[in-house]
Amino acid sequence: MKEYLYYPGCSLKGVGSPYEQSLLSTFGKLGIKLTEIADWNCCGATAYLSVDANMAIVLAARNLAIAERSDGHDIVAPCSGCFLSLTKAKEMLEKYPELRAKVTEALGRANLKYLGHSKVRHPLEVLMTDIGTKELKKLITRPLKNLRVVPYYGCAILRPYQAVGDPHAPKVLEEMIGLAGATPVDYPYKGRCCGGMLTSGVQTVGLRLAEILLEAAKSAQADVIVTTCPLCNYNLECYQEKLRKSTGKDLGVPVIYFTQMLGLAMGLSREEVGLDRMLRTPAVAEVTA
Amino acid sequence: MTVEKPRIGVYICDCGLNILGVVDVPAVVRYAATFDNVVAAKEYKYMCSDPGQDLIKKDIKELKLNRVVVASCTPTLHERTFRTTVSTAGLNPFLFHMVNIREAVSWVTVDKKRATEKAKILVKAGVMRVTLQEPLEPKTEPVAPGILVIGGGIAGIHASLALANAGTKVHLVEREPSIGGNMARFDKTFPTLDCSSCILTPKMTTLKVHPNINLYSYSEVVGVEGYVGNFDVTIERKPRYVNEELCIGCLKCIEACVFKDARFPNDFDLGLAKRKPIYIPFPQAVPTKVLIDPDDCLFLKLGKCKQTCVDACEKDAIDFEQKPERVNLKVGSIIVATGFKTFDPTRKPQYGYGVLPNVFTALEAERLLSPTGPTEGIPLLKDGTMPKTIGIIHCIGSRDENTNVYCSKVCCMYSLKLAHLVKERTGAEVYNFYIDMRTTGKGYEEFYKKLLEEGVRFVRGRVAELTTAPLSPGEKGKLIVRVEDTLAGYVRRIPVDMAILSVGLEPQNDAQELRRMLNLSCGKEGFLMELHPKLAPVSTATDGIYIAGACQGPKDIPDTVAQAGAAASEALALVHRGMVEIEPYVAVTNEDLCSGCQICVGLCPYFAIEYDAEKKVSRVKDVMCKGCGVCVAACPSGAIDQKHFRDAFVLAEVAGVI
Repeated sequence: MKEYLYYPGCSLKGVGSPYEQSLLSTFGKLGIKLTEIADWNCCGATAYLSVDANMAIVLAARNLAIAERSDGHDIVAPCSGCFLSLTKAKEMLEKYPELRAKVTEALGRANLKYLGHSKVRHPLEVLMTDIGTKELKKLITRPLKNLRVVPYYGCAILRPYQAVGDPHAPKVLEEMIGLAGATPVDYPYKGRCCGGMLTSGVQTVGLRLAEILLEAAKSAQADVIVTTCPLCNYNLECYQEKLRKSTGKDLGVPVIYFTQMLGLAMGLSREEVGLDRMLRTPAVAEVTA
Repeated sequence: MTVEKPRIGVYICDCGLNILGVVDVPAVVRYAATFDNVVAAKEYKYMCSDPGQDLIKKDIKELKLNRVVVASCTPTLHERTFRTTVSTAGLNPFLFHMVNIREAVSWVTVDKKRATEKAKILVKAGVMRVTLQEPLEPKTEPVAPGILVIGGGIAGIHASLALANAGTKVHLVEREPSIGGNMARFDKTFPTLDCSSCILTPKMTTLKVHPNINLYSYSEVVGVEGYVGNFDVTIERKPRYVNEELCIGCLKCIEACVFKDARFPNDFDLGLAKRKPIYIPFPQAVPTKVLIDPDDCLFLKLGKCKQTCVDACEKDAIDFEQKPERVNLKVGSIIVATGFKTFDPTRKPQYGYGVLPNVFTALEAERLLSPTGPTEGIPLLKDGTMPKTIGIIHCIGSRDENTNVYCSKVCCMYSLKLAHLVKERTGAEVYNFYIDMRTTGKGYEEFYKKLLEEGVRFVRGRVAELTTAPLSPGEKGKLIVRVEDTLAGYVRRIPVDMAILSVGLEPQNDAQELRRMLNLSCGKEGFLMELHPKLAPVSTATDGIYIAGACQGPKDIPDTVAQAGAAASEALALVHRGMVEIEPYVAVTNEDLCSGCQICVGLCPYFAIEYDAEKKVSRVKDVMCKGCGVCVAACPSGAIDQKHFRDAFVLAEVAGVI
């Protein structure tokens, strides 16, 4: 049985809880054991890194140090933001010995030690690399025929750490959509910004970015957008009505997590993949099973 | 050999501040003076200068030195210099030893204390070695008269003609069916805009009929053995399935081929134009001989065809039975002029090459602009219409941490040339997207200025991507260039009909195999390495092999031709000298230790070891030994020693270090 450590981060316990539910149920169906890291804390988050890099890296390193205490399994970080923060922390701790010394001292006070042998991975890459298309295909019992799906990767798993292949032309999500029996839509914006934090900080910019993505999905006659990140999902899912009012365009399109799509194709129920708990309820009705 | 007490002189070079800046040279001199047999230990600012050399000569005479150590730069750079110095003063040059305290010490550290310690240790090791060294007489061998030129682009053509005109026999090997290289693909050349074929074709035809040049087209060098002055070269001639001697280039066979339409991509046109299975790469090809592609020809592929080409050929030149043929040559010297390949833009997927329509590489654009190319000189879109806006994107694959860090040098200028030509032929609005304009060459900056005056637009910024996803109705159906205009300070989206990617230059795909075959070195980007970047730009670390053109690094036509001329003159100097000095580092057998096992006899690549059945010992034949050292390493009894590298010498040197 394959086994991983699970780092949920704040999103998967909050706004992104349908992501957690579908992740756990699909991994369960595949016979993969996910053990939640005990007493985890904030990943350090991208915003904090710009305010106080030392503190942010200590936060990330604490999670890594706790994970390293258990037996060397890879860490699965489903939120792209967490994936990025933890990976960046690892890189900086390797590159900058002075920073590492500070972090070692801070963690030492909590009787923790960062060793650096942990590996941080995104579940999309875990599924496609460790499990593989052949194994996944065996479990597809309800192919999502005739469903036109937008593969939307967002930024953080593509750049700069290239978790899922070429940062400009990734392909794995398209492969997974194909596996699920659906049709991937040619979508040139698959790695572009969803609006990120700007949807709350600088709305004129943030919402325009979300609008570009939704409009392109609409004009490609997509039935659904799949995402790999709670923030992307939130930005694309929740501002559709607001954008309709401000732009006069119909930008309504269901937005779900890739784990939900895979779960549905593997025969899991809507409830089991958390479709009933999405923020924008129409999504449940619109995604045909 | 008379055994006289060693009297050693040690000379330590400051090399200006190159060594003195890091190594405490006076301390090393004082240390060296304490060794047994050291009669003189001296420091000088530049030991390789005339006064420096005179110092050594004077000491040899006045102090009766019989051994000399110089601690300075590398033997590659100056061993020959100092060997000459000591021999003009009457000392055998092999009683000299060189210690490297610059590249191996002062240039690789900033720690002055440890550098000085290391220099002391190395000098001590050198003194211990030189104490044991023996006088040797260098061997001379005749130089084979012919010269091999690999690659028939402008570099190889120019070098071949220069050599042949000087009366030397040249063997030019080109792997494509015609010589001409990439220059033959261009329409015009920068900055003068003279027609590329008009200046190249006369050279090609002169070469074809030159009595001193043997042209092996559609052939490859598959083996090179030997050493300076005596290279044994094996060439493989690929089958054309057309007898080159008989074919007169009338091209009637092409007309007659059972394929009525040309339907196979023509390599010369980079697949943009089509040809038949029997074809000539381009009208001015040299040799003007047809060839058949066995992958496309019905008869060669399936064994079934009406063979209308055979009927059409009045010279009975078509020969389906042709097989690859090997030719062996002996040459004295080799010039490598194998050129470059262009960067494969699919490695930068953000530019959509091969995915989006009407995205061309610069080399493809050259063909579109050529009157003999697929669109007869008018760069048309894939649907046959005229582009109204064209974007030329610089630095594709170049100056990029993810691909090639280096600047490919020629792209700014060829982009300007392409901009001028596409504007002239289509009247389109033309944009150049550049990072920096690099126009350093005679008349280059003036050409840039002329383009600015012609109204070509220049946007400074590395293009982020090419996309067909529109954000406004005006962008529909266009290629949109997304770029940060770093002069204006904002992100722009510029819709164009055609994009030309100014791809950088890279080493040929098989440059590494060639490099290994010829025993050459290369830089980290894979271009062949010159012996010295400033003072020996066409020589290589392998004596007798010279390099010219873009195989050594990106360069334009003027630089390539200049280098080809330089390589030709170096090779000529060698061949005209007629003799080469070979280091006398031959192996010698100690017959008292030899058990007669004959392991060495079988291993010797030069058949230089014979077995004396009577005395039951193996013996190295001095004249045939090349000093490779294989037998020395293999001898189980330790009975073979290599002159100048005797075990005792090496062990003495090691003992000095530890």
